[in-house]
Amino acid sequence: MTDLSNQTPLAPPRSQWLSVWDQLKKHKGALLGGGFLLFITLAVLLGPYIWTLDPQKIDYRARDFRPIYHALFDADAKTAWGNPLGTDQLGRDGLANLLAGGRTSMAVGWAAMLLTLFIGTLIGVVAGYFKKLDNPLMRLTDLFLSLPILPLLLVAVTLFRQPLHANFGPEGGMFILIVGIIGITSWMPTARIVRGDVLALKEREFVVAARSIGTQPGAMIWRHLLPNVISPIMVSATLGLAAAIITESALSFLGVGFPSDFPTWGKMLADAVQRMEEFPERVMLPGVAISLTVLSVNYLGDGLRDALDPRIRGR
Amino acid sequence: MKLKTLLLGAIASTALAPAAFAERGSDGHVNIIYWQAPSILNPYLSSGTKDIESASLVIEPLGRYDQDGALVAYLAEEIPTVENGGVSADLKSITWKLKSGLLWSDGSAVTSADVKFTADYCMDPAGGCAQLAKFEGVDSVEIIDDLTVTVTFGEAKPNPYGPFMGGQSPIIQMAQFENCTGAKAPECTDANFGPIGTGPFVVTDFRPNDVISMVANENYRDASKPAFATLTFKGGGSAMASGRAVLETGEFDYAWNLQLAPDVLAKMSEGGKGKTVAAFGTLVERIEMNMTDTSPDLPEGERGTVMHPHPFLSDVRVRKALSMAIDRELLVEIGYGQAGRATCNLVPAPLIYASDNTDCLIQDIEGAKALLEEAGYTVGSDGVREKDGVRLSMLYQTSTNAVRQDFQALIKQWWQEIGVESELRNINASVFFGGDPGSHDTFQRFYADVEMYANNFDGTDPESYLAQHTCDKAPKPESQWMGENMNRYCDPAYDALVAELGRTGELSKRGEIAKKLNDMLTKESYVVVPLVDRGRVSAHANSLGGVILNTWDSELWNVADWHRIK
Amino acid sequence: MLTFTIRRLLMSVPTLLFISLVIFLLLELAPGDPMAQVPLTVPPEVKEKMREALGLGQPMHIRFWKWLVQFFWIEPQVLIDHIFGTTYALGDLRVISWQTRSPVMDTVVQRIPQTLWVVGTAYIVGILIALPIGIYSAYRQYSVFDQCGTFITMVGFSIPPFFTGPLLIVIFSVQLGWFPFIYDTTHVVDDWDSFVQQLRQMILPVMVLSLQTTAQISRYMRASMLDNLNQDYVRTARAKGLSEAVVVMVHVLRNSMIPVVTVIALGMPAIFGGAIITEQIFSVNGIGAQLITALFANDLPTVQTLTFIFAILIVFFNLIADILYGLLDPRIRYD
Repeated sequence: MTDLSNQTPLAPPRSQWLSVWDQLKKHKGALLGGGFLLFITLAVLLGPYIWTLDPQKIDYRARDFRPIYHALFDADAKTAWGNPLGTDQLGRDGLANLLAGGRTSMAVGWAAMLLTLFIGTLIGVVAGYFKKLDNPLMRLTDLFLSLPILPLLLVAVTLFRQPLHANFGPEGGMFILIVGIIGITSWMPTARIVRGDVLALKEREFVVAARSIGTQPGAMIWRHLLPNVISPIMVSATLGLAAAIITESALSFLGVGFPSDFPTWGKMLADAVQRMEEFPERVMLPGVAISLTVLSVNYLGDGLRDALDPRIRGR
Repeated sequence: MKLKTLLLGAIASTALAPAAFAERGSDGHVNIIYWQAPSILNPYLSSGTKDIESASLVIEPLGRYDQDGALVAYLAEEIPTVENGGVSADLKSITWKLKSGLLWSDGSAVTSADVKFTADYCMDPAGGCAQLAKFEGVDSVEIIDDLTVTVTFGEAKPNPYGPFMGGQSPIIQMAQFENCTGAKAPECTDANFGPIGTGPFVVTDFRPNDVISMVANENYRDASKPAFATLTFKGGGSAMASGRAVLETGEFDYAWNLQLAPDVLAKMSEGGKGKTVAAFGTLVERIEMNMTDTSPDLPEGERGTVMHPHPFLSDVRVRKALSMAIDRELLVEIGYGQAGRATCNLVPAPLIYASDNTDCLIQDIEGAKALLEEAGYTVGSDGVREKDGVRLSMLYQTSTNAVRQDFQALIKQWWQEIGVESELRNINASVFFGGDPGSHDTFQRFYADVEMYANNFDGTDPESYLAQHTCDKAPKPESQWMGENMNRYCDPAYDALVAELGRTGELSKRGEIAKKLNDMLTKESYVVVPLVDRGRVSAHANSLGGVILNTWDSELWNVADWHRIK
Repeated sequence: MLTFTIRRLLMSVPTLLFISLVIFLLLELAPGDPMAQVPLTVPPEVKEKMREALGLGQPMHIRFWKWLVQFFWIEPQVLIDHIFGTTYALGDLRVISWQTRSPVMDTVVQRIPQTLWVVGTAYIVGILIALPIGIYSAYRQYSVFDQCGTFITMVGFSIPPFFTGPLLIVIFSVQLGWFPFIYDTTHVVDDWDSFVQQLRQMILPVMVLSLQTTAQISRYMRASMLDNLNQDYVRTARAKGLSEAVVVMVHVLRNSMIPVVTVIALGMPAIFGGAIITEQIFSVNGIGAQLITALFANDLPTVQTLTFIFAILIVFFNLIADILYGLLDPRIRYD
């Protein structure tokens, strides 16, 4: 108390990101969500190296096997340790398909979701902030909202399939095409929502104040507007991920997606619906995988949003 | 025991049947569901099965094919043949005689003028008639008297039963369609949606692509039929939903064409509300081999034409090996169940035209490998066979359809076992089967090595069907890629034999030639690799009697005999 | 605001014309053939004749012009004729579908009732459930209610209607036998019993559809409420002694509505546009089913007309949303 000069600070000044991390750690949902997301990502990335059965391999003698846990309550069920999650109507292994399908679905889902968010946020912020661009950009949004999806897909496939196929191979080319198609057909709601929020925000006192001290538009958007529209963007992200995973399966149903023997969660789900009563596990497994992934992204998003909000962080 | 009970039951129900429909309209209401919804009730403006079959409740032809493919007189007194003098000895004309006393549902009399008008309506050059092929070769239709017409053909027609036979070519009323010919045909919405007919039912309300309401025809020629007073024909949904509505919940009495995997259908039948019926026609699921090179490196205009033969599929041994590797019985078991039969023939029926070729039915992986070795293709480092730098790697395309995708996966695996690599591709059916000359993805354009689809022929005569594989029918850039010879198969001997078939009138001789043509395409050249003879499965409620499934004509051909089992 | 509205309304005319052109070009460019569903037994020459009869032989710009005239000039006349019994449009060629060979607008009018009944009800039910869930979840963030709400809405959203539809059918129609699952479009509601019957046949598709709507809207509502609950003005309002209900339901809610209004407005055209998958599962045969069958049959006049009607609705409801922004937050100025 007497010698102030001797007193060293107990901790170094903390960076903003560290305190965000601290707050995030306290958020149980975010930790659970993040943990699960990490687990499922690792599982689909590394899983196929551990469980090395080929997901496309057909063994029609071993078709329609039930998951191994079925043996617990039904001793007569067709089960085998070689196929712990059972097999489908052609005898393809359930677990191998779930892993391989997850890899594709996660990749498509994340890439398409990020692309959607990027385009949507960019257009939304620009349209909301710059009055001159508002009208043209929003009419563009109207245009994209009006375009019928199926013909658009067919046109895109006609124009781009061959060059993409030649440059990136059948699967890589399809991946780019699918992500691109989902991206350009689903950014509009995000753009409209972000724009609506920005329109209101830019009349708020803090923005007016920032403008009066000569903040440049770029800094204004980055420092003042974006952080305040983060929560609708987070919602768009979680909904967008689910939508992208499902849309991918709709695309392959329309014959625009991956080759038919290439598993994805959405496709497994769609294929299994017919046999829902007899083999409920075939819809449950991919369905639960999609739901859990989306839920964990949602909780992680919730946590992030709380952690990024300085008003909550202070508490 | 079980079979015996069944048979007894069948006898009992037929014995009781006459009593059950003694009076018109006594059995109340019947519900029919088609998962494709009818868009129009005029078969001359749309050739969709859904449209033809729904129209067959209302308008009728002079004669139909029965469940065995035999001809049965409907509006005609009898089926004209050479024996009874109805068909001229030179096969150039056929004379039809109407039953006397026939009435349209509005009460006016059916005359030969209506029959002639029907032909004029379809043959109008500006009309775009969907059934024009039925009238091919017709020179004139002459009215002999009130009930008699003679159709004259330009050349001898061994099969003169094109016009006015079968669901595709029913008689329409002249009074109703008089002002609707040619370019004005589509403007007559009321007539197209509610044709006046001679059939057992009359349209009261037609909602395009949705539902049709009908009541019994007061002027139907058999006073005791139909047994049902009203009928609802619902369209739309999916095969799954319509199967469920008949077999599991009993909301509907009849469901058409349940294209479902056999295990799914079997599970549904456990619902106990109805039963499935199956019958076979001429529909064959097949793999077509491309005889030309479709490599994207070739310039447009030469790609996929006879200028460049296929690098390895032009070798008959490779094609044969690909066919040998396929286990057709397993394909049937997985994809079609009771609605399929393994086949090696392009023409699986009727009996006189069907070849006895069954060589392909046994899968022979080792034999296929040996054949490829013999052709000089040896296994490379990645398990794919090659010869002089030509890898046995193919693009295998088909339309989007759950069963076809399962088939693709299975066949891909068998081909992999013999050292042939394939990339799978499925294309939206509306593009694949469309004839858009600008699209690379149509089945005519065939920018792939092999493709799979199903095809059949109308009626019971395969002549025009077999004639699809002549040299001049190959799709090519000059013809806007139109043509039915997808493989670009070209064999002068085949063309000569097709011409001979066109000149031959004697039935047994025609059968012999058709069998030979079938064998040339299948077991001799393996250009067409038939997989499954696809039947049709429909379902009806347990309480619906009188259903006889017919694949040669409209499924609803005998709806007048349907009745409620009490 | 009035000048803004008028200006936007005027703007929408060239916008819509441009949109109709883009749609037309897109449909032209897309591969496909109205003859694709014709059986393979029909020879190519006959198909070519059928194409010509549809008018496909004419050059593109003439066909576009024809459609414009039919849609903007003849169809309104038909409407006037219908209302006032006049005969302006007698003999003029309307927009004719290639599948049914009948005027497209007749089918649209025929189908609007079932689409409004099912999709409209589902949307209203969805909004009515979503708003309270969103508000209460935000107000009691991380409570059991919020956690359950989050779980159900997120699972509901990530499970597609092609799964929930058949699932509900298996449970409620096949196993329990409570509800029919083939929608009867000819059903007429004229008394209490028929109204109950109508409710019974609507309930399954409405459940499937409102699940999606509820999930989406409640998430946005919750997020936006959370953003506003911590604002200074809320503290001020509470400090003024306003009751909690007034603070939340008036002050916070009003300021949180902007994203929700956007989402609701974006979904409104779909009420008229129908729901493709759900309509197909339950055979509702509304406008969504009409669009998808037309797309698969390459029935270009129908597709063009339907998509254009949606475009009008989209432009209109987005305009409404913009006007609502101004009413919700008077600081927003467009002029």
